[in-house]
Amino acid sequence: MSQNGTMIKVDHVSKSYRRDSIEIPVLRDISIDVPAGEFLALMGPSGSGKTTLLNLIAGIDRPNAGKVVVNGTEIDSLGESDLARWRARHVGFIFQFYNLLPVLTAFENVELPLLLTGLSRKEKREHVESALNLVGLGDRIHHYPKQLSGGQEQRVAIARAIVTDPTILVADEPTGDLDKISAGEIMDLLDRLNKEFKKTIVMVTHDPRAAEKAHKQMHLDKGELTT
Amino acid sequence: MFIIRLVLKNTLRHKLRTLLTILGVSIAVMSFGFMRTIVTAWSAGVESSGENRMITRQSVSFIFPLPYSCLQQLQQIPGVSEVSYANWFGGVYKDPADFKNFFPRIAIDPETYFSLYPEFIIPADQFAEFKKERNSCIVGAKLAREQGFKIGDLIPVDGDIYPGKWEFVVRGIYRGKDESTDETQLFFHWDYLNEQVKISQPGREGQVGWYVLSVHNAAEMPRVAKAVDERYKNSRSSTKTETEREFQQSFVSMSSAIISSLEAVSYIIIGIILLVLANTIVMAARERTKEYAVLKTLGFSAGHVVGLIGGESMLIACSGCVIGLAMTFPMAMGFAKAFPTFFPVFNVETITIILAVSVALFAGVVAALFPAARAVRMRIVDGLRSID
Amino acid sequence: MKIPFSYTWRSLWARRLTTTLTLGGIALVVFVFASVLMLAHGVEQTMIDTGGDDNVIVLRRSANSELVSQIDRDAANLIRTNPGIATGKDGKPVVSTEVVVIINLERKDIANGMGNISVRGVSPEAMPLRPQVRIVNGQMFRFGSHEIIIGTNIANRYRGTGIGEQLRFGDAMWTVVGHFEADGDGFESEIWGDVEQLMPAFGRPVFSSLTLKLRDASAFEDVKKLIEGDPRTQYTDLKREKAYYSEQSKLMSDFIKILGLVVTIIFSVGAVIGAMITMYAAVANRTVEIGTLRALGFRRRSVLGAFLVESVFLAIIGGAAGVALASLMSFVRISTVNFGTFSELAFGFTLSPSIIVSAMIFSMLMGIVGGFLPAVRASRLNIITALRSS
Repeated sequence: MSQNGTMIKVDHVSKSYRRDSIEIPVLRDISIDVPAGEFLALMGPSGSGKTTLLNLIAGIDRPNAGKVVVNGTEIDSLGESDLARWRARHVGFIFQFYNLLPVLTAFENVELPLLLTGLSRKEKREHVESALNLVGLGDRIHHYPKQLSGGQEQRVAIARAIVTDPTILVADEPTGDLDKISAGEIMDLLDRLNKEFKKTIVMVTHDPRAAEKAHKQMHLDKGELTT
Repeated sequence: MFIIRLVLKNTLRHKLRTLLTILGVSIAVMSFGFMRTIVTAWSAGVESSGENRMITRQSVSFIFPLPYSCLQQLQQIPGVSEVSYANWFGGVYKDPADFKNFFPRIAIDPETYFSLYPEFIIPADQFAEFKKERNSCIVGAKLAREQGFKIGDLIPVDGDIYPGKWEFVVRGIYRGKDESTDETQLFFHWDYLNEQVKISQPGREGQVGWYVLSVHNAAEMPRVAKAVDERYKNSRSSTKTETEREFQQSFVSMSSAIISSLEAVSYIIIGIILLVLANTIVMAARERTKEYAVLKTLGFSAGHVVGLIGGESMLIACSGCVIGLAMTFPMAMGFAKAFPTFFPVFNVETITIILAVSVALFAGVVAALFPAARAVRMRIVDGLRSID
Repeated sequence: MKIPFSYTWRSLWARRLTTTLTLGGIALVVFVFASVLMLAHGVEQTMIDTGGDDNVIVLRRSANSELVSQIDRDAANLIRTNPGIATGKDGKPVVSTEVVVIINLERKDIANGMGNISVRGVSPEAMPLRPQVRIVNGQMFRFGSHEIIIGTNIANRYRGTGIGEQLRFGDAMWTVVGHFEADGDGFESEIWGDVEQLMPAFGRPVFSSLTLKLRDASAFEDVKKLIEGDPRTQYTDLKREKAYYSEQSKLMSDFIKILGLVVTIIFSVGAVIGAMITMYAAVANRTVEIGTLRALGFRRRSVLGAFLVESVFLAIIGGAAGVALASLMSFVRISTVNFGTFSELAFGFTLSPSIIVSAMIFSMLMGIVGGFLPAVRASRLNIITALRSS
């Protein structure tokens, strides 16, 4: 369980990438603590490493050095399949370009993460419907992504992210591809998830209006924290 | 299962591409089935050999005759139950360049030949008529169909081995016991042949092309073969006796080079199936790199992704296989019609179907190997960044 | 404005894997196509080479091979006297009276494998009649003895054919004293001996055929009419040796051609489909590019042309690879029973310029057919829609 209410602990983490034979450092010795129920915005210029940090927290990448502990689990030391299972249970990921599967309906897209659980058909349907209702798309469940607007697609993506009731929500530029109004709607939704449902949210964003909704902002530049 | 549904939906994404791929695979499977059918048809004679029939012929080669006097001597060899004899007549019927006119014309002894070959079924009344007339003949049902022979028709043949103008009257049409029996032969009286030879080429009469023996007990065959050949070893007509199966096999082996070439071609076909299928699967997998990364993000395992790719590959391979096999049958039938007597028995064998299915499954697996490996190894973050 | 060629080959390079797979498919099809043509050509070549330009073969009328032909001594002697026949250095007419039978020999490579081998009894004139026949091992047989020579195709593949070994047929033993080559033609698959020794051994009182050399090659028709017109030899049939041998191969080469072409046509459909899939994918992936090119001012025609060129270029490379592979088949020789004569014959895969040209045209056709529809689609894309797609 969490110590002192810390949900996410990033401890002296470094990460670099190899391009051909050149090593490019992306994160240099970063440490952050995110308490449970926090809404954190990670900001910084292009190439600052904020998305990389997000990826490490979400368990879709591994650090070269240091530890990442989420809700008491040291995820950097888990094996591939354990990590996959961990992700399924504990992380809800929201992408900038929604990343819905085009061949599946809204309902089926939201259902995806539930297929990894042992829930019955009825239970799965209930979860999907309540997630879609929560994001305000109860009437569009059988539409395909190409029949939805950008804002609607993102809401489906958010429904997918919360349907398993994950421990943390991770969002990478969630409003990056949306117009002002839709962006505002999305941020209101995230705000509600945080305040009402007490979800810990870590969000990467460029958008200052989006960042305003967060409790706390951290800035990164060239792989280091500047605030 | 969900994966199956997703696989199905994925294949329907690019209907034209999926359709073309299935078409390509099915054409290749059809060719494969066709090639293998030719290969099996070549050995059809071997398969339809009698269980305990043996052939005795001149040891130097098939074209040298044995004396008629051997008949009685062979009948007395212990273990032999029945003996019959036949001569290959050959000759030229109509235009020899037309494949259709190439069918076996054989002089036989009516009393004994058909009891050794019970698979040739002749109606009793026709057989009685046949026995009465000297220059009558019995033709196979398939041959009769192809050439339009009916009872009472006169078949003129220009002799070559036995020169002269010959005519045979159709008095009977035989059916084969099952579909692997040759129904394209023409049989006439050996006595008639012998009489004519006595007149036109005195000194050449009393010669038999080969003897057919049956034994009481199939296990006796090697011993009987040895006994026969020993008896004639040092005479002018030394013999070679072997089971009918071995006899047929030796003919097949003469064309072994051609058969091997056909087999080689059928392997090349497998290669083509693979290339067409792999091409499509590689493209499809590449397009969905980001989606696979998203699935992995959601917690689906590498196994799931492999299942998606492999499933799509298998689905296309199997669809192509089913359609291809369905097309093989009419194609085989068309070929059999064009060359009815060249391959008297031309069926799509079960083994061919089994092979075709195995090949399709194999292709389905192999085509997916490379893209599946790539998808498994791809790191989630790289996959998400992919713009394909 | 024409779209530069570098766009074409760089686009192919950018999608190397698919390009390679498609190339592979086309190469395989062209390989099979070219090999089949080479094989049929090889059969014909072997048989045609077997004949001499001024040689004539005499057979019985309606016998379509020497095996079933019979010519008696009297007729043979009469034919000898025809003035149209060339005379040799010894003043005798260049006529070889021959007998041909088939014997079975055991194959070295397949257990219980058997071959039908032609044994040809010849007269001394046979050697000058067929200058391509040369002893390569041992020596020529002596006329009047039970010696034989064996063609290299048989000597290599059948048991009992080594120099000094003996074969038993007729009711005598025959000693192998030499091996001969004959430029790869039909004679190389035969066994030769003295006709006067072989005939009694085989119990054949008559010859199978005569081969004679014309004094004047263009006088063939006259000689033929004279001999066939004479009531004592009217049952004979004269043919130019080359014509006779090419007839012998007709059944075989027709079979190969028909089978081969059926197979190739089917294969080519498969390859065309492969090319189509690749080109459709190429178009789909480069929609934005195409929109850009059109926005820049390139006409529809140029876009169509560019994609068609890409497809044909792909096909040409694949075709060239297929032809190169097929040319390796020239090193392969196939020995099998010739349907026409029922005896063993060896032939190879012979490449010819016309085969290369046919194969390349064939592959280009595949490229055009496979690439046409996708190229049309590319040229018909609406500029705005294309630019907006991603």
